[in-house]
Amino acid sequence: MNIFVCMKRVPDTESQIQLAADGRSVDTAGLNYIINPYDEYAIEAALQLAEKEGGEVTLLTVGASDSDKTIRKGLAMGAQKAVLLDSGEDLADPAQVAVLLADYLKEQSADLVLCGKQGVDYDHAATGGMLAARLGIPCVSAIASLEVAEGKAKVQRDVEGASERFEVALPAVLTCDKGLNEPRYASLKGIMQAKKKPLEKVSVTPADSARQTEGMAYPPARPAGRVIGEGTDAVPELLRLLKEEAKVL
Amino acid sequence: MAYQALDFYDFDSLLQEEELAVRDEVRRWVSERFMPKIEECFLEQRFPLELSRELGEMNLFGATLSGYGCAGLNNTVYGLINRELERGDSGLRSFLSVQSGLVMYPIHSYGSEEQREKWLPKLATGEAIGCFGLTEPDHGSDPGGMVTHAVDKGDHYLLNGAKMWITNGSIADVAVVWAKLDGVIRGFLVEKGMQGFSAPLHRKKFSLAASVTSELVFDNVKLPKENILPGVEGLKGPLSCLNQARYGIAWGVIGAAQACYDEALQYQLERKQFNRPLASFQLQQAKLAEMMTAITAAQGICMQLARLKDEKRITPPQISLAKRNNVAMALDVARSARTMLGANGISLEYQCGRHMLNLESVYTYEGTHDIHTLVLGHAASGLPAYSN
Repeated sequence: MNIFVCMKRVPDTESQIQLAADGRSVDTAGLNYIINPYDEYAIEAALQLAEKEGGEVTLLTVGASDSDKTIRKGLAMGAQKAVLLDSGEDLADPAQVAVLLADYLKEQSADLVLCGKQGVDYDHAATGGMLAARLGIPCVSAIASLEVAEGKAKVQRDVEGASERFEVALPAVLTCDKGLNEPRYASLKGIMQAKKKPLEKVSVTPADSARQTEGMAYPPARPAGRVIGEGTDAVPELLRLLKEEAKVL
Repeated sequence: MAYQALDFYDFDSLLQEEELAVRDEVRRWVSERFMPKIEECFLEQRFPLELSRELGEMNLFGATLSGYGCAGLNNTVYGLINRELERGDSGLRSFLSVQSGLVMYPIHSYGSEEQREKWLPKLATGEAIGCFGLTEPDHGSDPGGMVTHAVDKGDHYLLNGAKMWITNGSIADVAVVWAKLDGVIRGFLVEKGMQGFSAPLHRKKFSLAASVTSELVFDNVKLPKENILPGVEGLKGPLSCLNQARYGIAWGVIGAAQACYDEALQYQLERKQFNRPLASFQLQQAKLAEMMTAITAAQGICMQLARLKDEKRITPPQISLAKRNNVAMALDVARSARTMLGANGISLEYQCGRHMLNLESVYTYEGTHDIHTLVLGHAASGLPAYSN
């Protein structure tokens, strides 16, 4: 199988995000990047498929020129090669990303394209679907299990109160959810081999974004706690607030 | 807040990209896989043996050795692995450094080809566990006085004696045991299940509680002839192994100190007394300044020590200096961090008290602090002070 995994870097989930002076973007100075955690499920799924069915796993990224450091981590997990569609800087508009990915993938004969279900930076959860639409192939998002046989994928996804099962003709775009697998840690040998694996950089020019970010703001500070009483006397009032105000009961 | 490792002098900039990648991956593994378990393991006096295969899958065992499934990497990478593991717990680092430096190293260096092929691949994956028997009930700093001995019985050796304070003893599949044969110290591979061999557990420890520590008892153990390590005779054998392990300790304890520093700093920035963060008070800042300085100096020592080791120019007294300085440093940092957490410092919900207790063992094992002082005195003066 010829499997492509669309992955990107995101700021370490422990990062303290600072807004840039323009008030419309994130200050990237000093940020540590990791592989988007949902993309790790996609990489792991691809590696397991390739180990079982044979084939090759290629990582595909649209992003800043120095995304290669994060891509190497994916190669260290075991992917055979990688392509960085170098857009100069990381793109915040998933439509721009999907167009660039589709333009590249059109020229490849992919049997399967796996993505994370969303980036944990901007949480659009849009790229996979847009990519499938542009390629004219089916898409199932947020899959929680995956089996491939005879040119078809059987997948399952969780919805509120139920679980759905689909059979999809390949090639298809599948976006991966938590629970699909447990992504492996890179081994020392994997890390050393990763530096010798092919990582091709292709310069690309993103189309103009049809939307403009007007502004970004920090979330409102959490309000201070309230003391509503002491001891058992406070319980009725606490219950009332949990029901009526917090609406958690 | 996630763990932030102090790197005041930007030693990271001296590391290669792959070295940083190894450091990051081991650090992430410790955070995700080990930290959620350690408090319970320490309380239950249990080593999380279920993690051994994961360490093996990451190729962390015997990382500097070549062939037999080992990664064959440099000593900086090996040091970083030790440091990141000991950031979790000294017991975790002990598990790896015993397996790597005290078991795989002597089998790799002094074993027969059959011994290497039998043990190294399994030890590399973590499928087999090893331990190292040198210290005896009556011979600690003076290993040359050991009484454990083997007798050549023609078609086998007969082994008798006992070893004490053996990390991994009760869980080991193979023990590298040093014993006298005709008055000469030799290495033997004693295997789990051999008749007359038992490894009772030390159960009442307040230090390295999440590590297995055992006694090894040899009561007329019949050892096949092929279980002797053919490649070395005399104290040089065990001492060369200890040099590997002490090197790992010198790096490892920096991790424990960094964990304590990070915990104390974050705690003191958060907690307020007299309407100010604790970290704003001068007495507390003095402690932070001492910790920063001591950790930074220890990091500098290890960066150069790794280069000396890679270039095969390293001397045992250089390793003694690093072990002695860095362990005492880490113990001081842990004690100081303990005070900075106030009453919380004695709770196992925080790390510094556990590190402090662990480091009391590390101060004493693999050559006590005092013995390393004498090694340095010997190196300086040319006059040995160990014996009469």
